[in-house]
Amino acid sequence: MDFGVITDNFSFLMLQGFIGLGPFAGGTLRLALPAIVLGFLLGTCIGLARLAHSPWLSVPAKVYVEFFRGVPLVMVIFWFWFIVPVMLGRSLPEYAVALTAFVMFEAAYLAEIVRAGIQSVPRGQVEAATATGLARAPMMRYVILPQALRNMIPALVTQFIVLLKDTSLASIIGYVDLTKAAQIVNNREIRPFELYLFIAVVYWICSYTMSRYVRRWENAAGQSAR
Amino acid sequence: MNYNFDWSVLWSGQTGAWLLDGVLVTLKISSLAWLAAVALGILSGALRTAPITLLRWLAAAYVEFFRNVPLLVWMFFWYFGMPPLLPHALQEWLLDHGAEFWAGVCALGVYHGARFSEVIRAGIHAIPRTQFEAAVSTGLTVPQAYRLIIVPIALRLIVPPATNETLNLLKNSSVALTIGVAELTFQTRQIETYTARAFEALAAGTLIYLFLCLAIAAFMSRLERSMAIPGMIARGQSVEL
Repeated sequence: MDFGVITDNFSFLMLQGFIGLGPFAGGTLRLALPAIVLGFLLGTCIGLARLAHSPWLSVPAKVYVEFFRGVPLVMVIFWFWFIVPVMLGRSLPEYAVALTAFVMFEAAYLAEIVRAGIQSVPRGQVEAATATGLARAPMMRYVILPQALRNMIPALVTQFIVLLKDTSLASIIGYVDLTKAAQIVNNREIRPFELYLFIAVVYWICSYTMSRYVRRWENAAGQSAR
Repeated sequence: MNYNFDWSVLWSGQTGAWLLDGVLVTLKISSLAWLAAVALGILSGALRTAPITLLRWLAAAYVEFFRNVPLLVWMFFWYFGMPPLLPHALQEWLLDHGAEFWAGVCALGVYHGARFSEVIRAGIHAIPRTQFEAAVSTGLTVPQAYRLIIVPIALRLIVPPATNETLNLLKNSSVALTIGVAELTFQTRQIETYTARAFEALAAGTLIYLFLCLAIAAFMSRLERSMAIPGMIARGQSVEL
């Protein structure tokens, strides 16, 4: 075993692979951060649509969520990778394909989190808001969503952990994230055990820190509720 | 969009056989990994609530380490990273006997074992503490109390979250294509490569996954009804895909 391979390639693995600074359009964080923000925006729209009274909104939203939750992410990535060139007549860069696939896929899961968050706001809040004369849209905007968002934070962070781990799958279409960077180094150095163990530790540190944060938040919330 | 659909590519020539092979491999790798994951999950989930600190700590270390790293990295680790550390004869044997398949089973089984462990731990926590005390006071040893009372009750409580985990495992088996296991997604890509019919091939693969997920969800919701413990039904409602 020789961990010198890690120190020699440390800046490539971390700067290029993990953060996304370097000659390749890549980076785990550069994919995960925009994907969670855009996915949350789309997910909020879909989550609200699922709760709408009109079946013209709620049924398509339900179909969207059930469809994406019943299909593997790898399949969704391949969908965008192979279908977009056919539809547009030209191919898109890996980054655009990966980002679209992740936003669409995560939106289905985030929509469920948004829906659960909104449903966790006590019914009395809706009645009180209606009683003060608020219309439905301002009520959502000023009363329900701010409270729902607070309840959603642990689930959102957990979903971000899932997303961060899932971005490793973007490497199968050639996007240079941390996993692909390790593969590139491994092709030259043939040190699979050390390299894959190293990136496992990097992913582990990120996920574990965030999951600790979630647990602390939940414990604090649980105590204040009592 | 200018595209002429030709669905016959899905059954002309070898493609039908490829799809069928893919489904069978997906089911095989998923069911073997499922058995491993459930066994590991029950063991480590029970140990996480055990009255011995060292055991609790070991089980927690297993869960936290495996659950927080992407499955794809585990696939590479088990397939590329582990074999060079094994004795030479064993390496040769593995290469002759589908090393990628067994690496895939290990990666899926160990990763989802850690996730099942959390489900089972939550199930055990949902059982009133008095059940355990009552079991021990009738003269059962602690391992007996777990084997005969606590784990069987927990398993009946966790059917809905276990369904979700089972579906995740089935969907995650598609990651095994990265190490060359010829499962459903792999075969879908192969059809795409040979026929240049991306849309038809991917639609077929997607529909098969949706069908498998729906079938498992339907089966598990029947199982949930027959397994429900009267009086504790409210704990686990809402089976969702």
